[in-house]
Amino acid sequence: MSRQAATRADQDTIALTVNGREARVRAGASVAVAIVSAGVPCRISVSGEPRAPLCGMGICMECRATVDGTPHVRTCQLAARSGMTVVTG
Amino acid sequence: MTHCDVLVVGAGPAGIAAAATAAEAGRRVLLIDDNPAPGGQIWRGHAGSAGAGQPHSAPYTKWAQSLIAARVQLLSATRVIDRPHQGVLRVESESGSADICFDRLVLATGARERFLPFPGWTLPGVMGAGGLQAMVKAGLPIAGKRVVLSGSGPLLLAVAANLHRHGARIAGIFEQASLPLILRFAASLVAQPGKLLEGARYRLQVISTPWRASAWVTRAHGEDCLQSVTVHSGSGAREIACDYLGCGFHLVPNLELPRLIGCAIQDGFVRVDSAQQSSVSHVYCAGELTGIGGLDKALVEGEIAGLAAAGRSTAHLARRRNRALQFARNLDRAFDLRAELRTLPGPQTIICRCEDVRFSSLQDAHCVRAAKLHTRCGMGPCQGRVCAPATAFLFGWESDSVRPPILPATVRTLARHCESVAPGTIES
Repeated sequence: MSRQAATRADQDTIALTVNGREARVRAGASVAVAIVSAGVPCRISVSGEPRAPLCGMGICMECRATVDGTPHVRTCQLAARSGMTVVTG
Repeated sequence: MTHCDVLVVGAGPAGIAAAATAAEAGRRVLLIDDNPAPGGQIWRGHAGSAGAGQPHSAPYTKWAQSLIAARVQLLSATRVIDRPHQGVLRVESESGSADICFDRLVLATGARERFLPFPGWTLPGVMGAGGLQAMVKAGLPIAGKRVVLSGSGPLLLAVAANLHRHGARIAGIFEQASLPLILRFAASLVAQPGKLLEGARYRLQVISTPWRASAWVTRAHGEDCLQSVTVHSGSGAREIACDYLGCGFHLVPNLELPRLIGCAIQDGFVRVDSAQQSSVSHVYCAGELTGIGGLDKALVEGEIAGLAAAGRSTAHLARRRNRALQFARNLDRAFDLRAELRTLPGPQTIICRCEDVRFSSLQDAHCVRAAKLHTRCGMGPCQGRVCAPATAFLFGWESDSVRPPILPATVRTLARHCESVAPGTIES
């Protein structure tokens, strides 16, 4: 990749951390996408099951995670921003 | 307190049309929406450069321009949590809570997918069909992924075509409705060749993908995430490996807010008159709330609601509205759920995903209220939005009453407004 292309790719993607690891998504992507792309569940259910987004539109609450210290954020309804800290489970 | 002439809730096609129309008629209009950007589900991701070239982008561009030209104020990422008094809605967003006062209210809160429980449906990788589409529109990389689509309704084919365009490998499309019902539905579209062509175009885009009627997923397999599904069809059961399953059984309206306000519900939808007014005066409902009919119905009903809320005549739109309502009735008939789907859950299948309530523990309950009291079914954060349509189908239970807050709210918001509940009892 040329330096120019690399710069463009950086501008088109957003870097945030999911459970302490860097995750990259395209600009405009939701935080839920960052979590799914990181290969981790969004939350652990009351009986211990891993859960990931179901409805993708803010209804089911399965995509809840802690974002920048705020718990129970519906991550499918939140656009990813550079430097966000996301903690799941 | 913020005040507006017309408050519109929901910035999908119906809400956008209502807001723009009322504002063009000279009213001060505020449009609030739960999503990060306007467009609802069908136009999700259309705001910004990503929208160009997507299906239905032409009407979006037209209406989005109308919103700006008519100076509609838009509050995105804002959810309604309560109606503290008549003529006031309480909203919450990242920046806090507020009360909004209005003279006329238009509700266009849209629909969600109906989910039916089956073994394995809680595995990561199993989503709604529309849910998977929404995630892809929100940036989920799908190129090269194996996708099975199952459930019911015209959405399945539309999602298949869209995901295929994004590079997904569609491993199969399984529609529970029978072929004769679907063909009868297609025949009913002869008067609306645009819709017929749209369906045909979607099918042609995924022509190499198997599409089966009278077929459905009976089980999802995997340890910590989805690996394969078992599909039942006329030729028996077979297992298909996949990375994602998109499974939704047509749509159900988001009735929480109209019910909180007291709008009368008939046969599962808000009852409205020919000007979209509900049983509550000055409260109008448009789009999927009054019947599942898609984009055309949402736009014409939104226009009617916007005109009516602005005190204008709506008679010239009656024919378009009637045609849209006929389409909605035809959809309902074609994609009615077959009784066999009630046998999908096993005793250990989770029905309420928020509280992990299993099928076996619900079999002795006789209504939603009893199930809540004994098992906490429907009492988690989604407040029954996912499981109530399922238990309505599985057990014939009617919905329970709606109580505020209708979406989870922060303690800060609840504390800030609690003086309105008990004046003088709390010192600030």
